[in-house]
Formats: sequence, structure tokens, C-alpha cells
Amino acid sequence: MKLRNFLLGLEDIFSFLKKILREIFRNWEWREILRQCYAVGNKSFFLVSFTAFLAGVVFTRQSRPSLSSFGAESWLPSLVSQAVIRSLGPLITGLICAGKLGSNIGAELASMKVTEQIDAMEVSGTRPFSYLVVTRVVATTLMLPILVVFADVVALMGSFLTVNMINNTGFKLYFNEVSTHIFYLDIFSSMIKALCFGFAIGFVSSYAGYNSENGTTGVGKSANTAVVISMLFIFILDLLTLQFINLFR
Amino acid sequence: METPTTEILMPAKTPVDKTTVVTHIRHIKKSFGDLEVLRDISLELHQSENLVIIGRSGTGKSVLIKCMVGLIHADSGEIEVLGYNVPTLNEEKLNELRQQVGFSFQNSALYDSMTVRENLEFPLKRNLKIFDKKQLDELVITALKDVGLEKSINKKPSELSGGMKKRIGIARTLILKPKIMLYDEPTAGLDPITSTEINELILSVREKYHTSSIIITHDISCARQTSDRVIALVQGHNRAEGTFDELKSTTDPDLAPFFKY
Repeated sequence: MKLRNFLLGLEDIFSFLKKILREIFRNWEWREILRQCYAVGNKSFFLVSFTAFLAGVVFTRQSRPSLSSFGAESWLPSLVSQAVIRSLGPLITGLICAGKLGSNIGAELASMKVTEQIDAMEVSGTRPFSYLVVTRVVATTLMLPILVVFADVVALMGSFLTVNMINNTGFKLYFNEVSTHIFYLDIFSSMIKALCFGFAIGFVSSYAGYNSENGTTGVGKSANTAVVISMLFIFILDLLTLQFINLFR
Repeated sequence: METPTTEILMPAKTPVDKTTVVTHIRHIKKSFGDLEVLRDISLELHQSENLVIIGRSGTGKSVLIKCMVGLIHADSGEIEVLGYNVPTLNEEKLNELRQQVGFSFQNSALYDSMTVRENLEFPLKRNLKIFDKKQLDELVITALKDVGLEKSINKKPSELSGGMKKRIGIARTLILKPKIMLYDEPTAGLDPITSTEINELILSVREKYHTSSIIITHDISCARQTSDRVIALVQGHNRAEGTFDELKSTTDPDLAPFFKY
């Protein structure tokens, strides 16, 4: 029975995914996608910036003593930039967005479900799946790369300010070091991760919210599932994309 | 809070056209797990008819009308609405049918992130692709006037009373000019005066929009005021059928208590 339920659950998830992919190409709802993109960016912008800045500062301060003991302090910009662009930037942005957007999308769709608002859209023939789910999945997928680029820049600025305060290193010198050690493949891998994380957050949160059950208890459960499973997916996808990108190094 | 302006139109009653059947349901069954909710229900809805379905909570009244619009899939039986065979419809055809059937939900189901205007504009923009502001305004105001709430146009659902929400919910379905209206517990949770206003609105909608309606209720005064014909559901079966006056004198022990209130 448990196996049967598990397989039925999997089938349900795959048909949800199939429906999203079919609707994406069938109907491109520009107006609502733009509105959702704005909401995604607006909701996460400050938190992502703040966290990325702190991550840049902390990573720099923690790495500096180790590098100094080997006399390799000049490698600090390249170390920080590679860590930020390859891994820290996408990961921090992904986790922050999973918490912020995942709970938001999960709870919003779940409360619409339990108050029959989604049924009301359904019975008036307004195709709520396309309007509510596809637009959110597209918005998170498109906005995560933009937020990741932004987070990378802010984290590097945090790192630069730290180095500048300690060593009085100039802006030009610091970013020259950064640019000589960052390759197109690093940026590409960062963007691939961001796209995957964005899709995972949108997909998981929408699935949890759209299929919510059991009234108000279900709303809390959906929001919780959206956050926890999105975060889990982010770590799994981080590993998978890393393996994939390593094939090209 | 604004009081509804009840200058709702009450012209002469449109006669029921018994020769035209707009909905035909035959032997439908629906179970949820081990729980049999609908056990062999059959009914017909005629043109311009108000058919009231009464029954105790949990007898499958709401499930029945949700099956009619494909929100719930019946396990077996035939459901034909406006010539569409509902269980066999693909998504496109189902949406085509749904645009001709208005569904008023028990808790109104207004989109709470939108104003009243946006609630009413939503189906117009999405279904009829109307984006012209003047045309939208005209249609929205007409629908709101029909339910006596044109002054609430810029309010959010959270600012409305229960009765007003019901009216706006009905206006949102009327804006697509449906041929059939399905009312799920239209007077649930309302005081007797507001309930009477909603009952009058149901009658006036039929007169103005020439709709046929199925009204799900356990409110006996709603059944008395709005019905042309009443079907009583007991444990997933239609136990009795007739006009309100015919059923009022029933001696069936499951139904008689209903008519005592």
C-alpha cells in the first residue's frame, strides 16, 4: 500500500511537471509573468543583498589568516571570487529564495485552494494553472540568475571592503585579480545552478500549494513543505550541476 | 459598511419550459474511499427552471453540482450539460462549457488579493479577451447594478459583509452571461433578512438572464422562495421529487423534519 501510494505520488508530480512544460509553450502570460518577476525580485532583493554582503565579509576574514600563514595573501581575491561565483553566490541566493519565496508561494496558493478560489477560477474557465502556477515557476526561474549575479557582485564588494580596510588594497588591483581568475565556465556554471534552483523553488512551492488539503492546517503544512523540499532540492541540484560542469573542466 | 441597494429587478416570472432539458444526469455514483456519497442519482433540469436540491449535510449535494462542471469526476453514470457529455470532455471543451455555467460558491470564493472590480474583470479579460477599459467598466457596473452593489466596486473582499460577498460572487458569474447557474448553499451563514434578499436576487437573475438554476440548500425558506421543483436527497439517493407544496406534506421520516422548520 505504501509503495502504491509512493508511486501514485510520483505519477502526480510528473504529471504536474508535464502540465507546466506544456502550458509554458502553449500560453505565455507576459503581464502576469512580469508582475511575478517584480514580486520575486522585490521580495528577495534586500535579504539576498544583505546575506551576500555578510557572506563576502565573513569568508574573506576567515580565509585571510590561513592564506597569510602560507604567505599567499595576494591570492585572497581569486580564492574569494571563485568560491563566491562557483558556489556561495548561487547557494546563498537559492536558500534565501527558498525560504522567502517558497513559503510565500506555498502559503498563497494553499490558501487560495482551501478557500475555493482556485476552484472558482477553474469553473469559470479561466485556466488557473497557467495563471497561478506557470507564471510563478517562470518568474522564479528567470529571476534567480539575476539575483545570483547581484549577490555575487555584492559579496565581492563585501570582500573588497574587508581587504581594503585591512590592507588598504585598491579597487582596481582587487578586481584585476578577480577578473584574471574567473572564467566563462565559472559564470556559466553559476547561471546553470541559478536556473535550476529557480525552477526547483517555483515547481516545489507551487506543487505544495496547489495540491494543499485539510483546510488551514494544510496551508501551514504546504508552506513548510515548500521551504524544506526546495532547500533539499537546492543541495541535490548543487551537487548534480557541479558534477556536470566538472565534465567540461 | 454599505447596505445593498435592493432595487433589484423583479419582473413577471418566466414560465418553465418543460420541453427543453438543459441538464440530464443519469445514474451517477461517486465514492471517496470507502464512503459512498452519491448512490445512483438521476435528474433533469429544464429551461428557465429553478431546481432546488435539499438534504442533510454530507448527502452529496455539493458533490453533485461539482460533478456537473467537472470539478469532481463521477465514478459512473452520465452527465449531459447544455449538450456536452461532461465525463468525456477534453480540457478545451470543458472550459467552453464552464463559461456557460455560473457557479456560486458557499463561501463566495472571491479572489482576496483583488478588488471587486478586478474580481469581475478577471473572467472578462481571461475568457473573452476584453481589455478595453470603457467596455470593461460598462460590463462590470452593469453586473454590480444587477446585484445592487455598484458602490462597492473599489473595495477588497475583506471589507465586505457575508451577504455582500455572496452578491459579488454571483455578479462575477453573471458577467459571463451563463445559461445555467449553480448555487451552492446561497444563504448559508446569513441572517434571515439578508437570506431573503439573496433569494430575491436568485429569482431576479433567472428573470433577467433567463438562466436555469440548481440551488443546493438545507435552508427550507430558501427552498420555498426560490424553487419551481424540489428534489430531496437522502443518503446519496433522490428520495422525493415535486413542488415545494407537494413535498411539504410528506410523511417520510427522513424528510418530514425538514419542513417543520
